[in-house]
Amino acid sequence: MRTLTYREALREGLDEELAHDDNVVLMGEEVAEYNGAYKVTEGLWKKWGDKRIVDTPISEAGFIGMGIGASMLGVRPVMELMFWSFHSVAFDQLVNNAANVRYMSGGLCSCPIVVRGPANGGTNVGATHSHVPEGLFAAFPGLKVCSPATPADAKGLIKAAIRDNDPVYFMENTLLYGMEGEVPDLEDGDFVIPLGKAEVKKEGTDISLIAHGRSVIHCLEAAKILQEEHGINAEVLDLRSIRPLDVDAILASVAKTHRVVLVDESKPFGGVSAMVSQLIQEHAFDELDAPIKRVCAIDAPAIYSKHVENEQLPNPKRIVEKVLTIV
Amino acid sequence: MSAFDFASSPINQSLTPERKIELYTQMVRIRRFEQASMKQYAADKMGGFLHLYIGQESVAVGTLSLCGEHDHNITAYRCHAHALASGMSMDECMAEMFGKQTGCSKGKGGSMHFFAPDKNFWGGHGIVAGQTPLGLGLAYGLKYLEREGCCLCFLGDGAVNQGAFHESLNIASLFGIPVVYVIENNGYSMGTSQERSSAFNGCLAQRAEAYAIEWDVVDGSDIYEVRAKANIAMERARKEHKPTVLEIDTYRYYGHSVADANHKVYRTPEDIQAYKDNHDPINVFRNKLLEEGVLNEELINKINAAAKEETAAAVKFAEDSPAPTIADISTDVYWETDNDTEASKIGHHFFS
Repeated sequence: MRTLTYREALREGLDEELAHDDNVVLMGEEVAEYNGAYKVTEGLWKKWGDKRIVDTPISEAGFIGMGIGASMLGVRPVMELMFWSFHSVAFDQLVNNAANVRYMSGGLCSCPIVVRGPANGGTNVGATHSHVPEGLFAAFPGLKVCSPATPADAKGLIKAAIRDNDPVYFMENTLLYGMEGEVPDLEDGDFVIPLGKAEVKKEGTDISLIAHGRSVIHCLEAAKILQEEHGINAEVLDLRSIRPLDVDAILASVAKTHRVVLVDESKPFGGVSAMVSQLIQEHAFDELDAPIKRVCAIDAPAIYSKHVENEQLPNPKRIVEKVLTIV
Repeated sequence: MSAFDFASSPINQSLTPERKIELYTQMVRIRRFEQASMKQYAADKMGGFLHLYIGQESVAVGTLSLCGEHDHNITAYRCHAHALASGMSMDECMAEMFGKQTGCSKGKGGSMHFFAPDKNFWGGHGIVAGQTPLGLGLAYGLKYLEREGCCLCFLGDGAVNQGAFHESLNIASLFGIPVVYVIENNGYSMGTSQERSSAFNGCLAQRAEAYAIEWDVVDGSDIYEVRAKANIAMERARKEHKPTVLEIDTYRYYGHSVADANHKVYRTPEDIQAYKDNHDPINVFRNKLLEEGVLNEELINKINAAAKEETAAAVKFAEDSPAPTIADISTDVYWETDNDTEASKIGHHFFS
């Protein structure tokens, strides 16, 4: 096993898929000559050239719509949103066209695209740049959504997303790009993690912490504190993929621990954790020894101030406090 | 009438009498189809909206008559004519509007969402200008895949004020994309006249100058002019990978949709009658073909009767076809689940 950053692992996944299929093309703002606003695509333009790595104008509706149109003909565009927060200016293309075109054509068209970029708060950039829309897009049948928390998952999932024949919205995190983690060696073969498969990141017996994205990292830190300071053995389940969703893994963890705290950077109204909570109460009600609790962002637009932004978001302290209310 | 006789342009000179009759027949078929649709809509056989193409037939038939096997097209919600002119059958189109399983989109799309990728027709799109980046993408795809051909992307005059269209024009010019944007200017952005909805110099197509794109204005009542000018734009796209914006002046007899009850308020009956007498593209072409000796009254009657018969058969086909089942609601959502792939078996794709 090697150690790579999340950014490097993603780049390796993109690079491998560019080699794997000539129809894969990367496009977005600053992805080519500038090497990517967050350097995820660094070096790829130099290696693959103008045809495969395409700088676009700041026209999210234009270039994402272009990618959708091209995908109907068989091109496999991987489009970077500099921030997923910019989804709002391309919403018609992302939803009305990408999610619906297969359905409205009675299955005659398909849309094998990936839209990727960071979707997170916590960087003091204010409400316009801090949206976490994974729950929003997972609510549209026709779309798939995933949100990796580790370098290995980032690589394995981006490869699966690119090979998938449906639109996959891939949500990364600027605060994870520099994080290091183990990634399987190249000689161990093609490393692909299927969509729809959760992973237990830490085994436990007393409570299930269920999360995705950076919240998984917070859960792992919280689990350590719970063990060391409170003698509570928490299990951490990383959803990795939001839609398709590994419902079996969620129910299995609940059946094991009988207590659940869901951790989700979304706002409390709706969102991924609201759906997971509904699934647990419907399918594992008798397994529960306590009400399902959630740690979400405090219900207001994302605040700018670095003095309190981390308190608005889920963090290990808030998770520990929430766990202690039901254990 | 046009000052220039476009019948003499090479692309029209090359038309055989049989091909001219075919173009006339297509226009008549489209009109009969739309008239039947209107009747069936009034009889409550279909739901939703119905955007009729009556009066604009020369645009779809003229432009699409230039498409070869490598050329593609995509349009907005007023899509019936493009579908028929692309070679789709009346049966599958009428059945789609009736919401039947035998419809081109299995009853999942409706009047605004006809598709036939096998005939290079990519829909049928419901959101004003939402199809303009898709048309760009189809043409980008042709270039990326190193295929020949171009993409015709149709839009209404109301769509020129949407941001997505302007983003598309910028990228089309910047990247050298073989797309031809065809503005079907029927003068009304739903119920608001062009003067009250668009700021422009000269004409709407002239906005293309801001993006360094070639443009032209076309009298849509003359199918020869439509073909002559569209051919120049399509050749520019195919051979030079350069976009064009064509503005084809045309006229919509009826409302924005059948639900547009106000259409007689914002236009006078005299306006509509004057158009019918002097500019109706079918009347204009019929008169030309009579002059040319290509058509005669007997043939005209035969074409009309055949179109009526075909339309009546399509209505019967739609009427007799089965409706989709409840189970059909959940198919055609994901490619992977429709194809029962390994990926589709991992995790839940659907929720209740």
